[in-house]
Amino acid sequence: MSAGILATMASVAQTGIEPISGPIGIEPISAPVDGAVPTPEITWAALLPLIILGLGGLLLLTLSSLLKRKAPRALYPIWTIATAVLAVASVVPVWAKVQGFNSILWWDFRDLWWQPATTAPGPFSTLGGAYGVDGFSLFVTVLICCAVILTTLLISGYLQREELDGPEPYALLLLAATGGVVMAGANDLIVLFLGLETISIAVYVLAASHLRRAQSQEAGLKYFILGGFSSAFFLYGIAMVYGATGTTNLVLIKSSLAESIPRHDLLLLVGFAMLLVGFGFKVAAVPFHSWSPDVYDGAPSPVVAFMASAVKVAGFAALVRVFVAGFGQYAADWQPLIYALAVLSLVVGSSLAIVQTNVKRTLAYSSISHAGFILIAVEAASETGTAAVLFYAAAYTFMVAGSFGVATLVGRAGDGRHSLDDYKGLGRTNPVLAGTLTIFLLAQAGVPFTVGFVAKFYAVIAAVQAGSAALGVVAMLSAVIAAFLYLRIIVAMYMAEGDDGGSDAPADPADHIHVPRPAAAALAICVLVTIGFGLFPGWLTDMAADSTVVLVEQGSTDASTALPGGQTLIVDDEGNLVPAGDGAVAPTEASDPSADPATGDGAVEAPQVQDPAAAEGTASVERP
Amino acid sequence: MNVDTIDLNAGYLVLAAMLFAIGAAGVLVRRNPLVIVMCVELMLNAVNLTLVTFSTMLNDIAGQIMVLFVLVVAAAEVVVGLGIIVAISRRRPGATADDIRVLRG
Repeated sequence: MSAGILATMASVAQTGIEPISGPIGIEPISAPVDGAVPTPEITWAALLPLIILGLGGLLLLTLSSLLKRKAPRALYPIWTIATAVLAVASVVPVWAKVQGFNSILWWDFRDLWWQPATTAPGPFSTLGGAYGVDGFSLFVTVLICCAVILTTLLISGYLQREELDGPEPYALLLLAATGGVVMAGANDLIVLFLGLETISIAVYVLAASHLRRAQSQEAGLKYFILGGFSSAFFLYGIAMVYGATGTTNLVLIKSSLAESIPRHDLLLLVGFAMLLVGFGFKVAAVPFHSWSPDVYDGAPSPVVAFMASAVKVAGFAALVRVFVAGFGQYAADWQPLIYALAVLSLVVGSSLAIVQTNVKRTLAYSSISHAGFILIAVEAASETGTAAVLFYAAAYTFMVAGSFGVATLVGRAGDGRHSLDDYKGLGRTNPVLAGTLTIFLLAQAGVPFTVGFVAKFYAVIAAVQAGSAALGVVAMLSAVIAAFLYLRIIVAMYMAEGDDGGSDAPADPADHIHVPRPAAAALAICVLVTIGFGLFPGWLTDMAADSTVVLVEQGSTDASTALPGGQTLIVDDEGNLVPAGDGAVAPTEASDPSADPATGDGAVEAPQVQDPAAAEGTASVERP
Repeated sequence: MNVDTIDLNAGYLVLAAMLFAIGAAGVLVRRNPLVIVMCVELMLNAVNLTLVTFSTMLNDIAGQIMVLFVLVVAAAEVVVGLGIIVAISRRRPGATADDIRVLRG
């Protein structure tokens, strides 16, 4: 890439844009005495995915209520998918900015009017340092948008079948996605709480949205009560951390923890525990999992696909951002807790799944076991671990959306036929559907040549590299147990006889399940991803590895992060980006010259890298 | 901060912790869904008290700003929760948490 263009960008960065007045006053502490409230600089381009999703949801709700006549049925899903696709498209220029590209394929970003020009290439934060824009948050944003698209495709046929047509589920999906995106990028605990509540409240309603099923409302109530309960714990944890450190900003927390080590600060440790309780509920880790089988069983099946993918992904993203990036200094204190959660989730999830007779409950327990797998990657608290979390989350999104997509269709009108008996003979009556489900189940079991295998592989590698080989062994043993439950469903589909007689009898036309075209498209996408990235995982692993989580203070850019290809760029005295090592500038003086030198410490990433191999690609990251 | 000296602020923190514990216990033992929602609110308000106390102890306004956010979120949560409870009571008047048990296994 041309150094001249980057220099131009860097010089634009120093001039900055006009601060835009807004209601957001996150940092009132440094208020000037003349009475003017300082408004933080806002990089609108980086918030574009968020704005598109939120505005799309609100406009959908408003416009549909203003329509005099009933809108055509296809309008709402098309609107939702278009919004999600637009949000993904708006991520691309920001991704290029963060990763230091000038163009991706034929799309050149240098002249884009909305290009975030306020900062030099590299991760940055905006909204007064409350929202971090790095590869990690953008990856998760795209993932959540994918979950929205898949759920929309699944739910459109579902709503038609259940005669529940209306714009509300789509608007709630978009608003929930907004909350998830906020969670993924939140650099401030209170912003994280707002995102968590946005996604949770929207999903409470979605879970209870089947008006004629008592189970759906019961699921909604259970999810609401336990969700509210866990939110209160989460908030109490935030209050504890605030009391111990005097701030809720993760960057400031990190630097204050780095400067003075209150090693036995009980308040802080209790805060960590409370936050973990909150996260544990959200990602359904044992022992905070009790809601998930009931809710997964009762809630509408496409909504379960969303809950199991987007909500969990957002929860894990926030967990990584807060604990691995924010409280990395204290890894020795919180790692044992995550270790326990991971072991319990793996063992309890896969063991209890075996005794279930309801397929949706089985999948709920299997999703608990998957949460255990992601937790072992979180426990590693390393670059590799973060990349493994992202890869697993991406793989899991498509596998679980596909699984619950098939469950949606097999549930038939009324969404009630989910027992293992209802799957008997499915291989004979609906061979394509059964084959599709088989692929998803095998992928979840971790069979090679599927994306599930690669995901499990990376999670275990991350654990072993971080020195938790025992955890890797537990994970693999539980994967063996879990394989049994997936095979049980497959056996039911292909080898057990249906209720209607012997396997020689011709298929009853009544048994044939009507597959709406959008749902078929969603399943096809999931199959393509499951097999495609299973055979060629390279592109996705590169993406996940590039999506590092970095905490950067507002007004500075972490230009010292490694760019793809192993090349590291730093800013020299003239504001030019030069490869690290060539320039005469020490890495501590990298980034924006106007930035505080201490920023370098705040921007440091993954302090608990225990294996030299895990530090590969982050050679430029300096330790405090 | 110094919790060892029993001052007014520490008293508020203890009071908030007690309120939180009462709320948590209420969620776990009460049977009426409405009372459960009230207990969740009690927990959130206990956190609000904690935040305000820390805000005065640290002489930092951010804690009090957070309380406003929490109040708004709590209100939104109650709206949704009451909506779900109303939907269930229409179907089964006087339903308690023990009656809501179609899902189990």
